[in-house]
Amino acid sequence: MQTTTAPEKIFVKGNEAVAMAAIEAGCRCYFGYPITPQSDIPEYLSREFPALGGEFIQAESEIGAINMLLGASATGARAMTSSSGPGISLKQEGISYMAGSELPGVIVDIMRAGPGLGGIDASQADYNQATRGGGHGGYRIIVLAPASVQEMYDLTMLAFDLSDIYRMPAMVLADSVIGQMKESVTPNPRPQVVLPPKEWVVRGRAAGEPQNVVKSLYLGDGEMEAFHWKMQARYQELADRECRWEEVQTGDADLIVTAFGSTSRIAKTAVAMAREAGMKVGLMRPITLFPFPKKAYAQLSERCKLFLDIELSTGQMIDDVRLSIARDADVAFYGRPPGAGSLPTPEELFEQIRKHYQARA
Amino acid sequence: MKQVFTRPESLKDVSTHFCPGCHHGSVHRLVAEALDEFGIRSETIGVASVGCSVFLYGYFDVDVIESPHGRAPAVATGAKRARPDRIVFTYQGDGDLAAIGMSEIIHAANRGEDITVIFVNNTTYGMTGGQMAPTTMPGQKTSTSPYGRDVSKDGAPFKMAELLSNLGGVAFSARVALNSPKNVLQAKKMIKTAFRYQVEKKGFSFIEALAACPTNWGMNPLAANQRVTDEMIPYFPLGVYKNTANL
Amino acid sequence: MRYDVFFAGYGGQGVLLAGNLLSYAAIHEGKNVSFFPAYGVEKRGGAAMCTVVFADGDTGSPVVGNPSASVLLNQLSFDKYAAKVKQGGICIVNSSLVNSDGVDLPGVEVILVPMNQIALEMGDVRMVNMVACGAYIEKTGALKAASLEAALKKALPERNHRLIPANVKAMEAGAQATRA
Repeated sequence: MQTTTAPEKIFVKGNEAVAMAAIEAGCRCYFGYPITPQSDIPEYLSREFPALGGEFIQAESEIGAINMLLGASATGARAMTSSSGPGISLKQEGISYMAGSELPGVIVDIMRAGPGLGGIDASQADYNQATRGGGHGGYRIIVLAPASVQEMYDLTMLAFDLSDIYRMPAMVLADSVIGQMKESVTPNPRPQVVLPPKEWVVRGRAAGEPQNVVKSLYLGDGEMEAFHWKMQARYQELADRECRWEEVQTGDADLIVTAFGSTSRIAKTAVAMAREAGMKVGLMRPITLFPFPKKAYAQLSERCKLFLDIELSTGQMIDDVRLSIARDADVAFYGRPPGAGSLPTPEELFEQIRKHYQARA
Repeated sequence: MKQVFTRPESLKDVSTHFCPGCHHGSVHRLVAEALDEFGIRSETIGVASVGCSVFLYGYFDVDVIESPHGRAPAVATGAKRARPDRIVFTYQGDGDLAAIGMSEIIHAANRGEDITVIFVNNTTYGMTGGQMAPTTMPGQKTSTSPYGRDVSKDGAPFKMAELLSNLGGVAFSARVALNSPKNVLQAKKMIKTAFRYQVEKKGFSFIEALAACPTNWGMNPLAANQRVTDEMIPYFPLGVYKNTANL
Repeated sequence: MRYDVFFAGYGGQGVLLAGNLLSYAAIHEGKNVSFFPAYGVEKRGGAAMCTVVFADGDTGSPVVGNPSASVLLNQLSFDKYAAKVKQGGICIVNSSLVNSDGVDLPGVEVILVPMNQIALEMGDVRMVNMVACGAYIEKTGALKAASLEAALKKALPERNHRLIPANVKAMEAGAQATRA
């Protein structure tokens, strides 16, 4: 039930919701480079930051932008950058250094079709790049996958908090459907979260204070190995505490559709159509892609033995689903490689659900 | 007994990994002296690069961010924009600044970021074992230009102090050398001027320091010092290329 | 209740503004709204389309394969999208620009509205999108006319608020045309 104090709903694009949420989360440093379909984010912040005392730089490249993020974050500031496929590839160097330096920072990836210049249409084909770290060295970053404009807003704020708490970069992974569509949104106030003090920041070493160094170079015997084990433990902590997902009518389901982001929205309507047609079908939507909600999948697969994974790619998340479910459960796949005209409709997904549901029965 | 010479407070009491005859140690000292003399050590954030200067945090007693290869000016930009009340300097070699980091240095300079850049030009990649740098001199033999730098194929060496002086955001650009007591004293003066510009919030300041790399040049320290005099300074003339105070 | 409507025409016909207007009206009535635009690279003259979904609960898919209502403003969109309308749905056609002779859409109610002509009669052909919105709410009862009037204040920039009365009249004329 809405309380009388709830903020009035607004009607904004997904990309604008990201920018508004960053401001609400206290971010006052943004560094970026124009690329479709995310340019609404730098455009919004370049307009709004001056009055708020924020620093906006249109960098010389995505490489420049991610390193500005690194520098600002090293001083303890909440900072953000955003881009899409080709630009996110360029940022991987900096993301790896940030991961190696245990630096927070928010990276928004509004996926477009690839490889190469690809196209500007919606895509989910950068799932592996996002959830496997993307750059060199064997690290992970937090990856959140909004499926609505409301979640673009809420998960951007969450990304800042998780990034600060776990001292690692956090990515908001969406695509041009979620970025470009407009929805009614409640602009929630920043959640009250107790954040650990940033004792590690570079601030100018005063007399009697320890020297703070933000670095990713470890040359001493065993130092690098120790770093990796420490991060591994942190990833486990993330998995234990921060997994988020949404289940729709999974309780009695004989087939569970699973999808994230834009395709999960389309799948949700397809699942509703299947229910209307008398099929026991549910939906499992991971909201955190790293950490991936493995335990939730494992539990679902104890009862339901057939999953249908749907992606706007030739299949990437399906590997995580396979690794999470019980050995005697199966995963079927339906994917559309990204590009103009490949966005599936609910009717199309309903046909896929019916096909797999009937084949099983 | 009166002490007439001591270690600057901004430097740690450790010995460096630099080779005998290398000029990095001298440049470190002059930068540290400048920080001491302005009394800004506790406000300073150093930005290290990749190369022999990567261990900046091991020698300077200031907070340090280590940056990816060539990106120090972008990292410094982010730090300074987030903390405009701090003194931010980068310390970069020639491969870092003038090859892989050319885009970052040009744009930070052109934006007039209020930072100080210390650029050590020894005409070679020191850390990786003496490969050809963007400042390697015509005909100079390195491990990747074994027949000498061929200007018709490799291009001519970049003259960074001159190049940056043409950009609107640059307040101060000078080239110095460490090969003689006179040049060291002059270098000290220039480095102090560069930091003074930042203290006074006048914009981007740049110091190019010509330096010897005896190990990778295959010379003893004296011969390497002599090469700075005989070959480098004639090609890379010392002096102030831009000083907005004089405009 | 969940409503979905697909608007298509060429750039310049105000297709996206019409979608925005319906969205604001639905928000005005306390509904959840999803507005999914698609358009060609050209600012004017290219294809323009949008899908609006509004519901008391979850809006579900922002993409709809077989819309329950389509509003098609030019021949190209009619040829491409009329056949996609769901069985039992409605297809509102701008008969000023669309020749639908000989096209059979079984199970779909086709409503012909000479939108350009009406807009011209109301004083400006650019109000063709308002005529279309009026026809849509009249045929579906999905939204109240008063909500669209309130929505105009939000969807139009301040400098164009003086045009609101004329736009309201154009919507009424569009509604009227479907009753004939």
